[in-house]
Amino acid sequence: MDEIILTIDNRELSARPGQTILEAALAGGIHIPHLCYDPRLTPTGACRLCLVEIDGLAEPQTACTRLAEQGMIVRTNTNAIRTLRKVILELLLSEHSLRCTTCDKDGDCLLQDYAYEYQIEESRFPSITIQPSGENFTSSSKAIVYDPSKCILCQRCVKICAEVQMAEALTLKGRSGDVQVTTGLEVELKESPCETCGQCVSACPTGALYERAAAGRGKAKDLIKITTTCPYCGVGCQLDLNVNSSTGRIVRVTSEIGCMPNDGNTCVKGRFGMDFVSRNDRLTKPLIRENGLFREASWDEALDRIAARFIEIKKQHGPDALAGLSSAKTTNEDNYIMQKFVRACLGTNNVDHCARLCHASTVAGLARAFGSGAMTNSIEELGRAPLIFVIGSNTTECHPVIGILIRQAVASGSTRLIVADPRRISLSRIAEIHMQQRPGTDVALINCMMNVILKEGLEDKEFIEQRTEDFNALRRAVAENTPKKASKITGVPEEDIRRAARLYASAPSASIVYSMGITQHTTGTDNVLSLANLAMLTGNVGRECTGVNPLRGQNNVQGACDLGALPNVYSGYQRVDDPDIQKKFEKAWNTELPEKPGLTVVEITNAAAEKKIRGLYIMGENPMLSDPDINHVLECLKALDFLVVQDIFMNETTQLAHVVLPACSFAEKDGTFTNTERRIQRVRKAVEPPGEAREDWRILCDLASRMGYTMNYSGAKEVQDEIALLTPIYGGITYDRLDGVGLQWPCPAGDHSGTKFLHEGKFSRGRGKFHAVRFLPPQEMPDDEYPFIFTTGRMLQHWHTGTMSRRCDVLDDLVPHGTLEINPQDALKIGVRDGDKVAVRSRRGRIEVPARLTDRIGPCTVFLAFHFREHPANALTIAALDPIAKIPEFKACAVSVEKL
Amino acid sequence: MPDVQENELDLKPAVSIIEKIEQSRRAENERIRGDDLIPILQEVQKVYGYLPIPVLSWVSERTGISTSRMYGVITFYAQFYLEPHGKHTVRCCRGTACYVRGGRRVINAVKSTLGIDDGETTGDMLFSLETVACLGACALSPVMVVDGTYYGKMTPRRAEQILKQLVEEEA
Ligand code: SF4
Ligand code: SF4
Ligand code: SF4
Ligand code: FES
Ligand code: FES
Repeated sequence: MDEIILTIDNRELSARPGQTILEAALAGGIHIPHLCYDPRLTPTGACRLCLVEIDGLAEPQTACTRLAEQGMIVRTNTNAIRTLRKVILELLLSEHSLRCTTCDKDGDCLLQDYAYEYQIEESRFPSITIQPSGENFTSSSKAIVYDPSKCILCQRCVKICAEVQMAEALTLKGRSGDVQVTTGLEVELKESPCETCGQCVSACPTGALYERAAAGRGKAKDLIKITTTCPYCGVGCQLDLNVNSSTGRIVRVTSEIGCMPNDGNTCVKGRFGMDFVSRNDRLTKPLIRENGLFREASWDEALDRIAARFIEIKKQHGPDALAGLSSAKTTNEDNYIMQKFVRACLGTNNVDHCARLCHASTVAGLARAFGSGAMTNSIEELGRAPLIFVIGSNTTECHPVIGILIRQAVASGSTRLIVADPRRISLSRIAEIHMQQRPGTDVALINCMMNVILKEGLEDKEFIEQRTEDFNALRRAVAENTPKKASKITGVPEEDIRRAARLYASAPSASIVYSMGITQHTTGTDNVLSLANLAMLTGNVGRECTGVNPLRGQNNVQGACDLGALPNVYSGYQRVDDPDIQKKFEKAWNTELPEKPGLTVVEITNAAAEKKIRGLYIMGENPMLSDPDINHVLECLKALDFLVVQDIFMNETTQLAHVVLPACSFAEKDGTFTNTERRIQRVRKAVEPPGEAREDWRILCDLASRMGYTMNYSGAKEVQDEIALLTPIYGGITYDRLDGVGLQWPCPAGDHSGTKFLHEGKFSRGRGKFHAVRFLPPQEMPDDEYPFIFTTGRMLQHWHTGTMSRRCDVLDDLVPHGTLEINPQDALKIGVRDGDKVAVRSRRGRIEVPARLTDRIGPCTVFLAFHFREHPANALTIAALDPIAKIPEFKACAVSVEKL
Repeated sequence: MPDVQENELDLKPAVSIIEKIEQSRRAENERIRGDDLIPILQEVQKVYGYLPIPVLSWVSERTGISTSRMYGVITFYAQFYLEPHGKHTVRCCRGTACYVRGGRRVINAVKSTLGIDDGETTGDMLFSLETVACLGACALSPVMVVDGTYYGKMTPRRAEQILKQLVEEEA
């Protein structure tokens, strides 16, 4: 790339080809006033404030639209330019109501800054401000409010909605003198394609677009920004919590342009999902159940009670009668301490967490095939991948910020997209091929793609030869999987499978992206192995923009696994049954440790029913909504002698506890989360915990000491230092090094800069291993009595069991309850209309829920998100487990649907 | 979506407009794109006389061109109407120059002659009235424009005459 040298205000600056004068100037520290420029957007040239003089050109030019050229001489601050700018500002202000005294943006408003700099007091032009009166497209939105009298028509909101979020909800309407922002056909924001990401608010240079709930809660200049990591999904967006220090409340959420991995963007949950933190129904004191009722207790009393009961159970029934459920919502430090507590203090390996329910099959499958069970490549690479194959991931709703990255990549024309999903998800609209396979038939589909690839000689022979083993086993396994057979099983037309196979195999590099649609089956591990096979067959591992990329669900599910909240491994996937490892940890933790792997989540609940597990400690999980077949879970948890639940709210599970302990939320503590791309990022304390709530790890340390095993750390940082010492893949992690963009593991040493993509040159296990995988149907197939396949999942606006998201006004207003998605043809057959209440029954339970007719979903299949306690999807699901990973089959069971 | 209207409205003409454009794009191995929007809107308005919202929603769904983009274009160009529109469009100026020379009275005369208010259409669908901030012909103020023909130095009486004549021609 040739460097461009130009002179701006007598200074020589360098610019990259394609950079504008404005960008070169800003990068060089010369501030040219600008209102409509936003580095994420194509330039508009709408505000005219960035006018500069260029030698050789008679007219002033807008610096944001002119590219920097070799030898250009630019002046940004001459008298003539300043005068011109002043007039432009005066014109702008004549259309703008200067109500800075009551404006929330006071202190963070470019218009205000420039008006001050250019000392504009009274406008020379008569005010023609549009009055803020009247209704507009935001009138019924709880999220966003638009005030046309503060709008300078810079179009940043319109453009960010179209170019970055790609929702295209906004437009300018009207012409000269009477222009405003609105939605298409002026419908309410909620009725428009708006995804409530708030990107438009973040782009607005004035206070014209603002968060409705933030209005009046503190002016921008009085808010303190604390950068932390989003507590919802595994994307791990960097958020700035804007805290009003006098009220101690989070007022609004912003994000810095340029941050990793989200570049200043968020989804609706990150932007508008924080009010749960300061809800007044937070748990603030320990509670002890007596005669069926909870009463408040002191920490001393509660912890002594727990210690005594656990010691008693251990004495009478042995350590394996105890178990702990850790939490993918809490920090790495919390998880590390939890597994240490269970192993070193309770003396058992019975520790697991909800990763079992989402990606256990990923961890098992990818570890077998590659030697490491994590996303191979990085989020940012998806933006540049020549081909992306999305299978079993509704990325736009479940990992929204990755979803927009994929949308942008496809729109740029340089990325081609294949989607395989039983539902017509938002990405299928822009995909070149959408294969709508029946739930649970993924292996047949992928095997068939490989069958085609081999038949047409599209495999990467060199890669297979040099980097892998057991290829012949695979070849035999897929030989029988012809397009004709696969089409019958999957319902996907033969030609589509062929085209997809060719497209995937012939791309210079191809990324596979998958999620729970692949993992949550009794064949989950097989599904993952199949994808690993497909990637190895075509040499699409170990390079940039390739790989097998599981998108992890919870904000810290990667971290909870990494830190050993699993029954068979310590932190860093070090096996408990490896004597050397055991010795290492025994020495470090100064106690004897059990070598027998423990029980998994579903096994723990089952063992409770059989009285094999008698005491259970649950930290920040809600199995009473999240686990399959919850009627069964209820029986199991009720059978426990002693149940402790540590959480931030009362929920379906705390109701059953003997002792409930109040924990800090993510906003009240320090620590780290590890996002889906293995990036370890900081969590920073922004507000004080309510009442007597304490950090999860501190509670556990206190309890351990009362049980006779001392754990003592001055702060989360010290826990991290111990983690680094004992965990090779986290060996180089220290808090100081995480400021900025964090670090991606493996990061074995202090001078290691982290790993962007795995398996370069060599797989973690040496050679990549092909596995012969054969198609097996889901455990429970539809029959006459239960004719529909029931499939579950998440939706954009809510999170898991809703403990947090359903306590947020905006989210609750957008989606107040669940709906059963059903294909219009099926609905017609059983006489159900849109909005009708239906009863859904499986062999395990029955729920009532309104139906929603949509052709997003294929025939004979129905979908319900599992966030809603009033119609819990998991009352119906089956606790059938994948034999290797023990993950339950959430994505397919048989149900009947009938109109009420 | 307003499904009642959708049932009453005949989508067939819209379907054939879109299919025609899709076909010509397919010949170039392309899909419908943004540049097709204005021709589509013009065609739709030609058959329906205006741009019915259910038709626009359908077009958006079918082509992937967002309704926000459509709405921006529709409100920018004076030629597009979102509501049934009269055969003749009468535009009167309420700009400053016209106002000081009696434009207000001209507007009132037009209103009473046609029996409609600003932005309305007569029951027989013959006339629609619009008032505009400035018609860019201030030297001729007060100004009235009928179907693109400018009439300058208007008086209430002349305005009435012009319109009455049109009515007679239509009858
Ligand atoms: S919130 Fe997001 S989707 Fe909605 S209008 Fe703003 S930018 Fe567009
Ligand atoms: S609302 Fe804000 S971002 Fe949008 S055009 Fe107005 S000033 Fe610009
Ligand atoms: S995409 Fe995920 S991490 Fe980012 S803001 Fe949304 S929920 Fe949070
Ligand atoms: S910043 Fe250049 S015209 Fe607005
Ligand atoms: S003011 Fe009426 S034409 Fe200009």
